[in-house]
Amino acid sequence: MQEAIPLNWRKYPERYRLEGTHCEECGQDFYPKKNICPNCRRKGKLEDKQMPREGKIISYSKVKASHKDFKDETPYYVALIELKNGVTIFSQVVDSLDNEVEIGAEVEKVFRKLNDKKYGVIAYSHKFRVKK
Amino acid sequence: MRDVVIIGTGQTKFGEKWEKSLKALMAEAGVKAVKNSKIKGEEIDALYTGCMASGRLVGQEHIGALVADQVGLNPIPSTRVEAACASGGTALRTAYLSIKSGEHDLVVAGGGEKMGDVPTERVNYALGGAGDQETEIFNGATFAALYALMARKHMEKYGTTEKQLAEVSVKNHENGAKNPYAQYQREISVESVMNSPEIASPLKLFDCSPITDGAASVVLTTKEKAEEKGKDYIEIKASAQASDTLNLANRKSITEIKATQQASRKAYEQSGIKPEQVDFAEVHDCFTIAEILAMEDLGFYEKGEAAKAVEQGKTKLEGELPINPSGGLKAKGHPVGATGIAQAIEAYKQLTGKAKERQIENPKTALTHNIGGTGATAVVHMFQKPSKEE
Repeated sequence: MQEAIPLNWRKYPERYRLEGTHCEECGQDFYPKKNICPNCRRKGKLEDKQMPREGKIISYSKVKASHKDFKDETPYYVALIELKNGVTIFSQVVDSLDNEVEIGAEVEKVFRKLNDKKYGVIAYSHKFRVKK
Repeated sequence: MRDVVIIGTGQTKFGEKWEKSLKALMAEAGVKAVKNSKIKGEEIDALYTGCMASGRLVGQEHIGALVADQVGLNPIPSTRVEAACASGGTALRTAYLSIKSGEHDLVVAGGGEKMGDVPTERVNYALGGAGDQETEIFNGATFAALYALMARKHMEKYGTTEKQLAEVSVKNHENGAKNPYAQYQREISVESVMNSPEIASPLKLFDCSPITDGAASVVLTTKEKAEEKGKDYIEIKASAQASDTLNLANRKSITEIKATQQASRKAYEQSGIKPEQVDFAEVHDCFTIAEILAMEDLGFYEKGEAAKAVEQGKTKLEGELPINPSGGLKAKGHPVGATGIAQAIEAYKQLTGKAKERQIENPKTALTHNIGGTGATAVVHMFQKPSKEE
């Protein structure tokens, strides 16, 4: 986990509201934010854009041995989620039963505390839950 | 351009080396390699050392200078090379390029990692640096979890089963049992893999390579110099590397590792050797699914066919294409920075007929495959036994 406050603070737009980038030149959306469009490089025109808050699970895993910052939360689900605009993101899946977490399940973004250990601020992030 | 060869190797035993520090391990492997090569220290032009996470694991950086100092080779240039778990492979490639370019005539490429000094969750955290810190590790990813995502998708898409993954582990332990340098020199059963605790579903403890201390070194020089010395050598026929997104989520497909495909295609092109001419391969089985992906992405098997080949015993020592005769990362151990070098050592031993109990029958061509992260770096090397008529 990153311990300095600014390292977390400057990520708030990405983590709190799923802000990514959109390239006006090629039309592709990116999350996390890109500094340079990989398709257009210097010719790309990147602007901030909020990602959709819904998507579906492409793959998932129940993590039972985690790294030190998540010791108390283990076990937990992680997944790759394809958002409505086709962008895939990595996130935890919460508030969902074992038999609900499956490939293809529709999920929606929630705002959750991620961690309050170690680094001076309470870190919040996106998590997803299976739509009921 | 000149031909680059390996003339000698050295490694520590892999495992829990409580009595030895990182620098002691690196020095041990380096000295063994130099002795094995029958060269003198004064002949060495430069050192390259693969090391991934010494800063987080033992609090030491500046590994290049540390190694030269330890082995009494100041003031020659000594450089650390880092590409996560592919650090060893990229150190080997950097050493290779330094000779190929004409800058150096004789160099040592080594690698090492000291992982056992800190608790497992700290190791997981340190290894997490191989992925994307801001989006993956921050949100709770571990490496087992990221590979588990690939495994789950591969199972869905190609029908790969947990039992087939277990077979990878069983086969690698069979080979490791014959390797005196391996961390685990014992066989295990499919049942013991299937019954081992889940780490990140569907991956279980025995699907995962272990936490390992160890170091490995090889000595590289030109073919002419090796001939002069009359030492057994193997030729490096190709050295290729490719990069991909650090972040697994940003890949178009998670059932293949593009960087492996690209690096291996380049290696086949450089060497003029086709995948079907490879006699055996050491591949990066940090998790069992990674061996399946490697077998497919290196072009040995069609997508979805590799797991079946493992199940049918085709990749055992006596099979049609032995994979990981050393025991692989799973049984031999995975001291991350050393792994890419240890793979080249297995190539040397097999191709020079020195692999003893695990010797493959008269192999001529070997391929090694080293991955960083979830496939953000792939390094592929190809080796050949010198043909007699030359």
